[in-house]
Amino acid sequence: MKNTFLNKKNLTWLILGVSFFFLIQLLIQVGIITPYYRVTMYWICLFAILGVSLNVIIGVTGQFSLGHAGFMSIGAYSAAVVLRSMPNLTGLFLGMAIGALISLFVSMVVAIPTLRLKGDYLAIATLGVGEIIRIVILNMKITNGASGISNIPYLISWPLMFFFVFISIMFSANFKNSAIGRACISIKEDEIASEAMGINTTKYKVMAFMFGALIASLAGGLYATTYYVIKPETFGINNSINILVIVVFGGMGSLTGSAVAAIVLGIINNVFQPLAEWRMIIYALALIVIMIFRPQGLLGTSEASLKAIFSLDTYKNALKGLIDLVTLRKFRVAVASIGKGKQR
Amino acid sequence: MLEFLQQMINGLSIGSIYALIALGYTMVYGIIKLINFAHGDMYMIGAYVGMISVTTFKLPFVLALPATMIVTGVLGVVIERIAYRPLRKSTRVAALITAIGVSFFLQNAVSRIMGAKIYTFPPVLENRTFMFYGLRFNTQQIAIFVTAILLMILLQVIVKKTKVGRAMRSVAVDQDAAKLMGVNVDRTISLTFAIGSSLAAAAGILVGIYYNTINPLMGFAPGLKAFVAAVFGGIGIIPGAMIGGFAIGLIETMVSGYGSTLYKDAVVYIILILVLIIKPSGLLGKNRKEKV
Repeated sequence: MKNTFLNKKNLTWLILGVSFFFLIQLLIQVGIITPYYRVTMYWICLFAILGVSLNVIIGVTGQFSLGHAGFMSIGAYSAAVVLRSMPNLTGLFLGMAIGALISLFVSMVVAIPTLRLKGDYLAIATLGVGEIIRIVILNMKITNGASGISNIPYLISWPLMFFFVFISIMFSANFKNSAIGRACISIKEDEIASEAMGINTTKYKVMAFMFGALIASLAGGLYATTYYVIKPETFGINNSINILVIVVFGGMGSLTGSAVAAIVLGIINNVFQPLAEWRMIIYALALIVIMIFRPQGLLGTSEASLKAIFSLDTYKNALKGLIDLVTLRKFRVAVASIGKGKQR
Repeated sequence: MLEFLQQMINGLSIGSIYALIALGYTMVYGIIKLINFAHGDMYMIGAYVGMISVTTFKLPFVLALPATMIVTGVLGVVIERIAYRPLRKSTRVAALITAIGVSFFLQNAVSRIMGAKIYTFPPVLENRTFMFYGLRFNTQQIAIFVTAILLMILLQVIVKKTKVGRAMRSVAVDQDAAKLMGVNVDRTISLTFAIGSSLAAAAGILVGIYYNTINPLMGFAPGLKAFVAAVFGGIGIIPGAMIGGFAIGLIETMVSGYGSTLYKDAVVYIILILVLIIKPSGLLGKNRKEKV
């Protein structure tokens, strides 16, 4: 593909994005998307941003982070604190900018030592980081401790939300497709081999981590103004797991997959509203089932492309995966082996 | 000085609980290189099973403890069969995500079944305080400490002196070679899960007695701390987990005794990160060169 800014692919995505924006805007204006559905829509947008940003860390670079909600909370609290004295859009942007800076700084301080760790160690270390951030916020005066900050002005609107979804997905996609992104993918595939090829693995891992943290803090700022109230426990491990579910469900390494997963889960959450208290159980089971039967998630590492949307093979594969899931093929094998106790 | 010794006593009794949980982490990690995220929740399950066996079945402590350990051990084996065994050959991240899923499933399933409320653990052990050279001792603390030490000795005997223990050690070193020598690898791994889960269950009962209350989310923080303890001592090494558990218990008590209670959890995580940076193999671990 030619390396020009306005090639065919970028143009099509741009046109698609803009027309999607106006379509939703129209639906809001006409009144088909009621304020009730708008809540779901904003949830989807927020978690699409979070999922895509975590996917840059987990899926593209292969570094397992469980502290994403921590960086989100930095953004949310910065925005909320600034909005207290400047309750307008300028305040929101200023707060988000401050949050982004703090988040970048914290993630750098955290990343440089911890990213020397591998896989599951890194997961626990980042989990610890998320918890440390939460405990610090819980004990600070400016964040109002355990009761959190309430009465945050509601400044969110569809154009604003869309703007942030669009730029965060665009930046993430550019990150993935750039030379940096390719270096990150090679780190995911084989860290030692890519180091041998002359890639400064620590540098690229830190870059990906900081990038993800930056986007997460932006999403946090939007979260604060969308939901009026933020508390330290909002950003606990449960939230990190929510984001992780989106990444895993969409496919680790597929940014569009995360966006699709956010949409699907948002709709599922809305439809199953009466079953809200079962939601975490279903999420937990979904994680296990997906890992056993379809570890690559919905899209695997491939991106949704226009070509794929109009290709029959995509649907064939999706159907095959679905049949595997529904018939619980592997599960039956696993259960069958319990009785026999046979060795594999 | 007296104050310091008093803190030591408190730290050792909570540390023995962390050590019990850490043992399960370290054994499972040693044998299949999986951070069993759900291990902290096995401890929570143990507390609930213990409470039910004491309140509903009216068992005395000496019977409730083994009964709980058996029930939870069986549950551990079932979880291993259903959730972890199909993933034995897949990536470690996939296994880790599954473990997180299991952890959240257990937490939420228990809070659905039992209700999210906090239960009071019945006082099965008498709680008498006596003074000894100006130090306050508590019969419960002593019981916890003694039970934990006895279980650790039992574990050492199983691992070092019995045939299954030798099988466990051999699988931990080299799974394929152990298989060739006629060790039933699957059964050994199941047994490891059973032992680890039952130790966590014992810790669960002891904590229930010590703190009087149990709730579905009680496993998360101690589980993480026990993991820190296992890493601190050198993950995969059984004596390391014991040392690490006591060390974390002591550090935590000292921080809340002399510093701030609010930051005691943060300090534990900071220790984790420091250990991982300075000596990732832990106190007793050996450094291993990575190979392609």
